[in-house]
Amino acid sequence: MIRAVLAVFRRDLALAWAAGGGAAAPLGFFVGATALVPLTAGPDPQTLAVIGPPLLWLTAALAALMVLERLFQADLEDGSLDQLLLSPAPLELLVAAKGAALWVAIGGPLALVAMPMALAMQTPPHAAPLAALGLLVGLAAFIGAGLFGAALAAGVRRGGVLIAILVLPFFAPPIIFGAAAASRAAAEGLSTDAFSFLCATALFFAALGPIGAAAALRQHLS
Amino acid sequence: MTGYSGATDQPGEGYRRVQLAISDLALDRGGWRLFEHLSFTAPAGAHVALTGPNGAGKTSLLRAIAGFLRPAAGTIAVDGRAPEDAAPLLHFLGHRDGLKATLDARAHVRFWADVLGGGAVEDVLARVGLGRVTDLPARTLSAGQSRRLALARLIAAPRPLWLLDEPAAALDTAGKALLNTLIDAHCAGGGIVVAAVHEPLGAPTQTVQLG
Repeated sequence: MIRAVLAVFRRDLALAWAAGGGAAAPLGFFVGATALVPLTAGPDPQTLAVIGPPLLWLTAALAALMVLERLFQADLEDGSLDQLLLSPAPLELLVAAKGAALWVAIGGPLALVAMPMALAMQTPPHAAPLAALGLLVGLAAFIGAGLFGAALAAGVRRGGVLIAILVLPFFAPPIIFGAAAASRAAAEGLSTDAFSFLCATALFFAALGPIGAAAALRQHLS
Repeated sequence: MTGYSGATDQPGEGYRRVQLAISDLALDRGGWRLFEHLSFTAPAGAHVALTGPNGAGKTSLLRAIAGFLRPAAGTIAVDGRAPEDAAPLLHFLGHRDGLKATLDARAHVRFWADVLGGGAVEDVLARVGLGRVTDLPARTLSAGQSRRLALARLIAAPRPLWLLDEPAAALDTAGKALLNTLIDAHCAGGGIVVAAVHEPLGAPTQTVQLG
């Protein structure tokens, strides 16, 4: 069973970074969109310090949305999903492995580039690692909730819009706590209460997302 | 999950002997009744040819036996279990080969062996005639080669019940001969093959006509 879960994790990680895989696009979007912020809001350091952390969170959430459309659709179309269902391992665990692979594939690099982006937004140097760590945890919440929406919309052509409508409301809790933690980190250092709530929402979505997604996927096959 | 796997532990002993029993089955597709009152039993070693015109429900029947599609009425029993609980006992080879364009042939075989529960995968590709293209990404394979790669799944993870949907599609003469060899060996070892076919394939022990 562990072997099957690890195999799905490894394969999705390889697919994400292979040519035509989905991992580079959200990363490019994140860097590109945040780089445009000083051009739209002006270079005033005080303005940037205020709007910087929330905008980093917003672009990270939208970047996560980008990869969800093809996450299960590709497996449904090429027949891979049939094989996952025939595994002795429960579909919930295999779906969780897919989510974990996506998190590593885009969450890791995104958190890394978030540090220089946060510095560019006038986040104090001591708070930049905290901002990146928060985004890493927040992406786990986004992907957990996103798994469910992606599974529901897997059979829909151009399902991206549907996924956005389904999933964005669930992005609210991690965004609220994440942006609050980032803003306070810039002002007064680590805020354990906001950060704890962020971690709690991430755990909640990461645990429930695969279960809901597996149930939705079973419906698509029949 | 509970050590309930398709292959017996001893090599050369063939497959776990299972039986496929279908009784009074009815299937719906998109609000239409495809067929009803279908009953047949396939003992270990049986090769069932599933025939019928396009749209008669051959693919749906195979998907129902695999547990992907819920019957409208009647029962399907694989080794006395409902299909959803019998997943580790069966292979489903549909008209989509289940390949990822950027991964090479060897990666596919290893993935199936890991996910479906199989043993050594070294000679599997050579046995389906893909020994020279093990490192090529799937997008460069021809339709026939892709189908051969999908067949490799049947060998990579030994399971007693094979559900094959038009398995000879896109295969050349040698490929069809290979498929027949695989099916004969599987049935001789106590496995069951249920194959939806338009043209006769090998020597089926029984024929189920739909529609």
